[in-house]
Amino acid sequence: MAVQVKATLLSNRRVGSYHHLVLSGAGFASGVRPGHFAAIAVGGDNTPMVLRRAFSIHRATEMTAKGSVVELVVSAHGPGTQWLVAQPVGAILDVVAPLGRPFALPRDPVNCLLVAGGYGSAPMAYLAEELIARGCQVDMIFGASTESKLFDTLECKRLARYFEITTDDGSIGTKGRVSDVMPEMMKRAETAVVYACGPMPMLQAVAKVSAQLGAISQTAVEESMACGIGVCMTCVLPVIGDDGVTRMVRSCVDGPVFRGDRVRWDAVGTVPSDAYGAPQSGGH
Amino acid sequence: MTVSMSTSLGNLQLRGPVLTASGCAAAGKELDQFFDITEIGGIVTKSIMLEPRSGRPTPRMAETPSGMLNSIGLQGPGVDSFVANDLAWLEQRGATTIVSIAGNNTEEFSRVAARVRDHSAVKGIEVNISCPNVSNRGLVFACQPESAADVVAAVRRTVPSSMPVIAKLSPDVTDIVAIAHAVRDAGADGVSLINTVLGMVLDPQTLRPKLGGKTGGLSGPAIRPIAIRCVYQIRAAMPDFPILGMGGIRSGLDALEFIAAGANAVSIGTAIFGDPSAPMRITRELEEELQKRGFSSVKEACGIAHRVER
Repeated sequence: MAVQVKATLLSNRRVGSYHHLVLSGAGFASGVRPGHFAAIAVGGDNTPMVLRRAFSIHRATEMTAKGSVVELVVSAHGPGTQWLVAQPVGAILDVVAPLGRPFALPRDPVNCLLVAGGYGSAPMAYLAEELIARGCQVDMIFGASTESKLFDTLECKRLARYFEITTDDGSIGTKGRVSDVMPEMMKRAETAVVYACGPMPMLQAVAKVSAQLGAISQTAVEESMACGIGVCMTCVLPVIGDDGVTRMVRSCVDGPVFRGDRVRWDAVGTVPSDAYGAPQSGGH
Repeated sequence: MTVSMSTSLGNLQLRGPVLTASGCAAAGKELDQFFDITEIGGIVTKSIMLEPRSGRPTPRMAETPSGMLNSIGLQGPGVDSFVANDLAWLEQRGATTIVSIAGNNTEEFSRVAARVRDHSAVKGIEVNISCPNVSNRGLVFACQPESAADVVAAVRRTVPSSMPVIAKLSPDVTDIVAIAHAVRDAGADGVSLINTVLGMVLDPQTLRPKLGGKTGGLSGPAIRPIAIRCVYQIRAAMPDFPILGMGGIRSGLDALEFIAAGANAVSIGTAIFGDPSAPMRITRELEEELQKRGFSSVKEACGIAHRVER
């Protein structure tokens, strides 16, 4: 269950193109699983920015002395995130966490491949540790446009059996996309489950390659959200349910993690005509 | 001195003057994590239609200066699922519930009203004749006095006379007072003022409309002066007609502004997206604002902007 807390910024450190924030607050780390996210109010009192910003949780620790700690990775690409990364240590932030449905973990020890694009690597070390604790073998592929847009590669390299990097510009690792190197890695690693977090086109490619090689994929999507708690119906995408019916579901509470083979990737941004409650003619 | 926070919308008695706004609180369940939803004036549920409805394509949202545009398009599960799941939960929870209803035509409004009228959880019906997110502007019933009155009269005929019927009006009209007169004459017990304002933003990269639905409804503090103007105009023209005021309320002081302009109660909408405990926080802040100014009750402050200085 999510709580809304006034959290204190304990640390704000630049890492490559991103900022790593450490927050302490009461009770907001309890029940956090890899794949959960946090939503933070930006801009201060009477700000013109009326909506929260959502961030995948990097790590969460239940502590006793300073309350619990939640760590986030922020890419400052707009006025709200720029305000956030400019906050000094000691700043008080309004945080709602944990939100969303986390990654589902396998019951049996299986070979897992973790694929991340850009700051999509934020939850991956935490996820890897959980999987390793269950006896799973963990391999990873991190991709980004360029080297500075990779995050947490050192820590993850330590956790992974096989670890590969791709960049669009070839500044480090293999020049290309994560999906280019996935097939060979998956064959070598005998991957059963793929976990992915990153931009939507990457997730679509990851889901496709996973399905081709007979692996289950769990994809954490990134959709623009207004509320993050399930009330506004903004962040919807077409997903096929257990009954085979496509519905426009909320990525904030029904996701952000979905099975890759259930998301109608080609139809994201549209309402498929066979979706539940789709308009008969003329649109809604 | 304690302030009496109870108020009423016609014959609907409310324990507090702060409710949720339709479309911004779903059916209350998600917000109940953050505050006790039975402690506020009430939950106005997201507009429900007869059939399940997917809504419009994404992107459905764009943040704008002191506000946001949305083009959700009334996504919902249809009234049968709403009654079986949402109303059942609200009843068990004991929340004061006002059901917002919508329809593609007058008959659909009646049929939805008929499905919810006998449910013991339902204390009132808000008739959403002003959603801007529809493919045909002709379906914004609140843009014409005749079509507004037709829908309200049909709902009025469908539900018992003891059930409050509140018409939600659009600010996108030349003369909102004329629309308010039309819905009162058709049997409305009050009005909700205001729905979102029709707007558009372009994507700075593509220079094309940013929202999937192209146009959207503008909400948030950016529209508050428009809403205050509408509340003031209708209170001036119709001194005793119940008004549920909404549009960009973010603080107790904002809520007091609506009450002073003539609202009997207020709804909190977009502020919930930024602060899920906003309805409870604003209730407390409003009480403080009233107390600070020496008001003994919400009712005492209602419409005070219209009183002539002596």
